[in-house]
Order: sequence, then structure tokens, then C-alpha cells
Amino acid sequence: MKLRSKDILGLDHLETDEINLILETAADMKKIVTSRMKKVNYLQGKTVITLFYENSTRTRVSFELAAKYMGAQAVNVSVSTSSVAKGETLIDTGKTLDVMGSDIIIIRHSMSGAPHLLAKNVEASVINAGDGMHEHPTQGLLDMFTMRETFGDLRGLKVAIIGDIYHSRVARSNIIGLTKMGAEVRINAPSTLMPPGIETLGARICPSIEETVEDCDVVMGLRVQLERQKKALFPSAYEYSRFFGMNPDNIKGAKKHALWMHPGPVNRGIEMTSSIIDGDASVINDQVTNGVAVRMALLYLLTGREE
Amino acid sequence: MRLLITHGTIVHADRIEKDMNIYIENGKVVMMGQNIEREADQVIDAKGLYILPGLVDAHCHLRDPGFEYKEDIASGTRSAAKGGFTSVACMPNTNPVVDNVSVVNYIIEKAQKEAVVNVYPIGAITKGQEGHELAEMGSMKHAGIIAVSDDGKPVMSGAVMKKALIYAHQFGLPVISHCEDLDLADGGCMNEGVTSTIMGLRGIPSIAEDVMVSRELLLAEYTGIPIHLAHVSTKTSVELIRQAKERGVKVTAETCPHYFTLTEKACLGYNTLAKMNPPLRTDDDVKAIKEGLRDGTLDIIATDHAPHHNDEKNVEFEKALNGIVGFETALALTYTTLVDKGILSLSQMVEKLSTKPAQILGLDKGTVACGKDADLILVDFDNEYTIDVSGFASKSKNSPYDGYKVKGRVMATLVSGKAVYTHTAFKGL
Repeated sequence: MKLRSKDILGLDHLETDEINLILETAADMKKIVTSRMKKVNYLQGKTVITLFYENSTRTRVSFELAAKYMGAQAVNVSVSTSSVAKGETLIDTGKTLDVMGSDIIIIRHSMSGAPHLLAKNVEASVINAGDGMHEHPTQGLLDMFTMRETFGDLRGLKVAIIGDIYHSRVARSNIIGLTKMGAEVRINAPSTLMPPGIETLGARICPSIEETVEDCDVVMGLRVQLERQKKALFPSAYEYSRFFGMNPDNIKGAKKHALWMHPGPVNRGIEMTSSIIDGDASVINDQVTNGVAVRMALLYLLTGREE
Repeated sequence: MRLLITHGTIVHADRIEKDMNIYIENGKVVMMGQNIEREADQVIDAKGLYILPGLVDAHCHLRDPGFEYKEDIASGTRSAAKGGFTSVACMPNTNPVVDNVSVVNYIIEKAQKEAVVNVYPIGAITKGQEGHELAEMGSMKHAGIIAVSDDGKPVMSGAVMKKALIYAHQFGLPVISHCEDLDLADGGCMNEGVTSTIMGLRGIPSIAEDVMVSRELLLAEYTGIPIHLAHVSTKTSVELIRQAKERGVKVTAETCPHYFTLTEKACLGYNTLAKMNPPLRTDDDVKAIKEGLRDGTLDIIATDHAPHHNDEKNVEFEKALNGIVGFETALALTYTTLVDKGILSLSQMVEKLSTKPAQILGLDKGTVACGKDADLILVDFDNEYTIDVSGFASKSKNSPYDGYKVKGRVMATLVSGKAVYTHTAFKGL
């Protein structure tokens, strides 16, 4: 079986069998990531470019390592020092990278839909590494991979997603992906950070943190995206942590074996207390490792489509 | 020049006359009737065709001066003629803005030289359309503007709008309001709702329009001065206008073909051709707009013809400019969506696309009658075809209707008795 599209733009266009294929491939890739000799030649002769219009540490490094572990040429285009800073359009930048022989272009952009525009205009495969408030499919996949590692199957899992849902591409990809795979998703946010109609994606809105985490297998906190806040949507960080942050008291109702996740970077003490972040049930660091494995799987599967 | 049009069906705003001849001399309609025979220099056989008063567009952007790469007066009026519009009122958001006499003069002089249809400039309400100080409306009126509007931007200050209404009224200038509360719109780029959530785009809530519509209705009621509301797109606005009319507020309102043919779903896939302001709304809004047109709450249909270069649309959705070209699709979309489906009669369509917009703007246009300018169009409403944007006369092709199947083709457009457009398949001329 192969992926149907040349691009990974969002989980909304992946079928369940494709998601399963990616997650199963990632399980093999994880063996490479965690071995002493992290080098295979699956991507030898391939060129992978990361084109990031927004700052990022973990996602960019994760993609770069994923490419390098598999023997690809990996090039980072830094937007602040490239022609983009001279006003070049996305399409022109994309076409330029395309004709230099890139096989895969990985793009992060502050505007929703930018990867779709790029994908339409280049021959290379495009992977969305996060677009505006739209999707972050590789994060959704690595989150699902992390849950599957513990629980084996996503069907019937109860997953709580708590925080700034409005600005969160992580939330959208997780809601879409998890719902597709048969999990039950509940969400909670300050009312000003809950986007209208989000329940049509399959999530159930819960009024309080206590009710959201009740009997849950997984609890995911979302970063308060202070940089994305055009206007103050809540009065202060203090008030956020007091009423909307997770602390040992308001999360007692989750299952004993519940996993604690966060896409990072974490605002410690705002969306989650440090006791949760650093607690035994936290898999935040596993998520990061799994991110490399999932991205290796995607690079492998996309370059293998033609063969 | 004497012209005789024979055997056409004339559609007036209040009646239809079959098998009519129209005799035109020196650009004016001189005689109308069945079987009238006069010697003419030219005879047009209109058998099987409908004769409508030339359409009057109360809202378009000709982009001249300043944005001639999108459209200019020559190309814009040819596009209008092809769509059946014989008179167009162009909005002042050019560069420079039409907020002084010299820009008005420029447009009028250029139109005299290059335009193929009648061009009526609309002046700005405020200097630079910045919403603060009133523009020189009196002087611009003397130079030839027929209305004032800050279209593209709202007049955010209620105090400025109140002054504008009172001042413009003294000069007999209608005020056209672009209803949008910018604070509520909050930098959004499509309708706020399920679709904006799915696409991860900032939404413009419908109340951004409704709140401003309410303010304008109250200002009109308070001052007793009429106001015209541009491009109404929401269900609640239609209802607010309906209620205001019932209690006697002097308000007229327009909508555009896109607000009764498309919904926000047209934006899916980041289709920038469906990006406009006000944004495309929901099915419920479309239903309400149709009902508002049917019951007369919405007086007229305007195009909001807004040409943009492909480079301004072939970008990230948030970056793409607002608006679509509309001259060459308005009549067919209105006929196909409203008349063919029994929502409006042919006469009501003529009222909304010609007679009433002329009245609102105070133009002696929009009728087929003796003594009036022979601004007429010949239309074949049985002609079914697929819209092909590549054939547009406009410089810009930013239309979401490429590939749409429609009915109703303009076969010829006459301005003051002169054919300014004829379809290649029209043999009667």
C-alpha cells in the first residue's frame, strides 16, 4: 500500500488505512531512532528542504534529523536571510526550490492554507509542518503514535484536549485524526478561545477541566499562544492558570493510567503545573522522540510513492 | 441616425409588452408600439429576444486612476457593456481617492473619451476615505458626482456619519454606506463559522455587518434623511431593514449576485476567488437574501465589480485581496438563480437591475420610454451556456463562476441608440 497524495497537507485528507500505514511504518523507524547506529540509506540521493516562515526548534530539528538519519540531503531555508525577506512570493520561492531538485519541501507558515498553495505550484511533495490555525498533521500523527504505543489501539480511547483551542492547529489535527481513528475527543477552553462550530469536527465541548478529564485515557494540554493573540482573549496569565490551567486537584478524575501530553513548548505553571509536566505519567519527552520516527515514516513513504 | 428595432418583447419594471417595435432617433426613443413602421437607417430584428432598459450598476470599481493594471475606464466599461450595463456608478477608492474635484474631472473627462457606457463617479464621504473629515461633497457634486460613499471602508464614527448624511442631503447626494464594524470584523478574512474554524482562518462575524446596519438605520430614522446600504449579505441585516422599512425609515438596500448564489463553502480549499468583503455567508443567509429580494426589502442588485490582478489572488488566502469581477455574470446569474426559479418575475429583475438603481442615484435612466435615452439591451434568456472567464472583456478574470452553467445572454447593448456591444452570434444587427 502507498500514500494516495503526493503531499501531506492535513489529517483531513488522509484515510484511516493511510494513517495506519504511517503509524506502523513509524514503529519500525523508532527502532532506528533509538538504536546506537542511527543511519539507514532509505533516502540516499533525495533532497529534503525545510522552509520555515515561523520560528520553531523541535519541529524543524525533528524533520532535519529524520531526513539525515535516512541519508537524505537536508537543507534549511531560513526565511529571515533568504529572498523571502526581499519580498519574494511563496509561489516563486517554492518554484525556485523545486527546480533545484528538491524531492520534499517541508513548510511552516503563519497563514492557513499556505502549504496547499505551495503544493499546487511545485512538483515536489509538500509536508505541512503547521499552517496558521489550520493543521499540524505531523504533530497529530506523532500524538496518535504515542497513544498507540501505550494502548495498542486508538478505538474507544477517551482523549481530553485542554487549552487554547481557537489558535491551535495541534488541536484541529488531533481532533480530526483521533475522531477518524475511533477515539472519543473532549475539549475544554476559556470560552473566548473556543472556535465556533468546532464540535462539527467530532469533538465534544465540556464546561470544566474536571468534567473534561473524567475517566480519560489521555489528557493533552495546549500551549497558550501568546504570540498569536492579536487581542487579549483572557485577562491575564494569572487568571488563566487559576481557572483554565491543569493542576493536581482538578485532574484527579482522569484514569489512573492516563497519559499526560503537551505539544510544547510549555508555559510552565500556566497551562499545566510543573508537577504534571515532570510527573511519571507525562510522555512529553516520548512525544518528541516519536516525532522523529513519524517524520521519518512520512519522508520514507512519500519518496517511495513513485517506485 | 435613425434606428428601428422590430418584434421584440419589452420588459418594463411594471409590465411586459410583446411584439414591439421601437423607433430611435438621435439617441432617444421616439416611438414605441406594435406594427409601427418608420423609415430608418438601420433595422434591428429582435424577434425572439427581450428588450430591457440598459442595466444600471449602483456599485462598481473601475480602478481608474491608480490601478489601471486591474481595470481602466476603457476596459471596465467594455466589460459593463458586455454584461448589459449601460450606466455604471464607480466607487471612489481609487488612487488618489475621489475626494476632490480634480479626480472627479479626471474620471469624467476620461470617460468622455474612452468609455462605451455612461460613467457616474461616486465621491468619497471623508477625505482620503479615512473616516474623519468630510470631503468636499458640494464641489464634487458640481463636478459631476452622483452620490457619496467610503465603500471598501466603513465610516466608523457615528458622529461623522451623522454629519455626512445631513451635509450630503443638502446637496441632494445619496449616501451609500459600506456597513462593517471593523472592531467586530477584527481582521478576519472570511465569514466566521464552522467553515472558518475548519480552515483555521480568522472569521468576520455576521454581526460586524448587522451592528453597522442597525446604526445606519437609526441614523436615517433620527435625521429623517435617506440612506442606501451597500452589499447586504446577512439574514439579520435583511430582517433589520425589513423592520425599519415597516416603520417608515427611508432606507434602500442592495445585494450582489454572489450573496444569493454562493456560500462560505466556496472558500474551501483556500479558494481566493471566493474571498470578498462582506464575506460569503451561509445557506440561511442566502435564503434570507432571496426572500429579501422577493418581498422588496432589498431594492436592487449591484455587481460590486471588483477587478484584481491574478498576482493579487494567487497568494495565501489571508493575503489575497477582496472582491470579484461582476459585470459579465450579474444578469445571467440573476436570471438563472432568481427568475428561472420563480423567485422574481422578469419585471422585478428589471426593476432591481435597472429602474430602481437609477431612481436611487437620481439618474434619468432605467426605463424604455418615449423621450428617454435609447439605452437598451437585447437579451436571449433561452440561451444556455457555460461561463468562461477567459473570454471576459474585463482586464481581470477573478471570478468564482468559471465553468458555471447559466441562462441568459446579452446579444446587443445600445447606449443612446449606438450599439456598443454585439454578441458574435447575433445576426439581427
